[in-house]
Amino acid sequence: MTDELALSVRHLTCGYRAGGGLWGKAVRQEVLRDVTFDIGQGEILGLVGESGTGKSTLAKAILGMVKPHSGEIIHYTRRPQMIFQDPYSSLNPAYTVAWILEEPLRIFGKYDGPERKRRVRDILDRVELPEETLDAKPAELSGGQRQRVSIAAALIQRPKFLVADEPVSALDVTIQAQILQLLKRLNQELGLSYLFISHDLNVVYQLCHRVLVMKSGRIVEQGPVEELFAHPQQDYTRQLLAAE
Amino acid sequence: MRRLKKAVRDHRNGCFLAGCVITGVLLALILLGAFWTPYDPTAMMAGPKLDGPSLAHLFGTDHFGRDIFSRVLKGAGVTALVAAGTVVIGGVCGTLIGALTGYFGGAVDELLMRFNDTITAFPSILLALVCVTIFGSGKYQVLLVLGIVFIPSFARIARTAFSSLRDANFVQSARLMGAKPARILFVHILPNTLHVLLPAVTIGFNNAVLAEASMSFLGLCGQPPEASLGALLSEAQGMLTTAPWYALCTGGMIVALIFGVGLIGEGLQSGRGERNA
Repeated sequence: MTDELALSVRHLTCGYRAGGGLWGKAVRQEVLRDVTFDIGQGEILGLVGESGTGKSTLAKAILGMVKPHSGEIIHYTRRPQMIFQDPYSSLNPAYTVAWILEEPLRIFGKYDGPERKRRVRDILDRVELPEETLDAKPAELSGGQRQRVSIAAALIQRPKFLVADEPVSALDVTIQAQILQLLKRLNQELGLSYLFISHDLNVVYQLCHRVLVMKSGRIVEQGPVEELFAHPQQDYTRQLLAAE
Repeated sequence: MRRLKKAVRDHRNGCFLAGCVITGVLLALILLGAFWTPYDPTAMMAGPKLDGPSLAHLFGTDHFGRDIFSRVLKGAGVTALVAAGTVVIGGVCGTLIGALTGYFGGAVDELLMRFNDTITAFPSILLALVCVTIFGSGKYQVLLVLGIVFIPSFARIARTAFSSLRDANFVQSARLMGAKPARILFVHILPNTLHVLLPAVTIGFNNAVLAEASMSFLGLCGQPPEASLGALLSEAQGMLTTAPWYALCTGGMIVALIFGVGLIGEGLQSGRGERNA
């Protein structure tokens, strides 16, 4: 870990317009309220909280999928990527794994065929998938394999920062452990930073360096993972820990 | 090539194969008819007048002594051309409109879809009749007009399919990787809508065959010597009692064409269903 930052979020407020239709009066539904935090390069930042507290909205806002109402999001790295919870819907079902992994490079547009193939082999090694996987379509793979392919696809443009929205919660426990190990290794080898969203505190404890605790769109507590788990300052955090 | 084989294997079910065989035979006949027919389809006195089916005249002859088999081959060619053209125009424009409105949504979506509603509110034959009176009759005019009339149905199907995938995770990640909208629409989403669009194309083809036949029956398509199946049917109607084979063979050709393509559509849908199950 270095002192350099991967991401800064300053006073982020975000909401949806709910109801109203074409002429009716729309109601603003605040989802994020004055959220401020930093992620350092090479840091794994956990984000915990109950369902519906705006964790996913925060992820989407960071990646530009949701427009923030006010506040600032500053990326210090290029092309941040996302790993989705459901590995069944994050891979294009119409294509083979080889196509899916090459596509980001085609979009990026700087590499010729052989170079793309070389990089795909390379990344396949990194996520520990056999070469036969390349010819398979997503529907022919298991959940764990699909999540590895998703990770490979996210990494192939060589980003430095990933948002992982509950990346292991759709997998069973043994596969979870493998994917977590993989994420940890990638963090160490490539110096990646993650914003790791999870409702599973155990998983966060295993993987993350620092934790944000979120409640109804606000960050109520943050700190290094050991410290926060050992000495929670807020009632809400204590409740979360007790619920485990 | 490997992918094609796989696609065939995926759809290996009775309906699809039977449909392919029937349509294949008919297409071969139509292609043959475009270059060679047993008799000149317009030559009068190619045989005895109003002769029943025989080895010399497979479908018999009409009141001028013309060979009905030759005429049906030529006529099926005209009908298939119009139907195919209709589906191409309707399918391409409809998919394009549906893709844009389904993906982007918003005011353009509202506007185009209300326009669509307006068009679909009229019976398509009536609309086509109006257009033919404006643009004149003839097979290319009918092709164009039917094509335009068929756009809304394709647009609606494509819109539903595209809007359901607009926020799919794989589409969002393509966006994150920096893919442009055109690439997302046609490289990432389109292949995933084919299982809805292809059956729609086969249904559209059949509707176009019927629409063309009805319009020719009313005398709006093709001038007398170059007759489509519908025009032949309209002619045969006057000879139902003296030469029933005329109507039967012409009608049979329409039914066979629709049946074959319909089976392909059915097979495409059920093949998909089995894989999902």
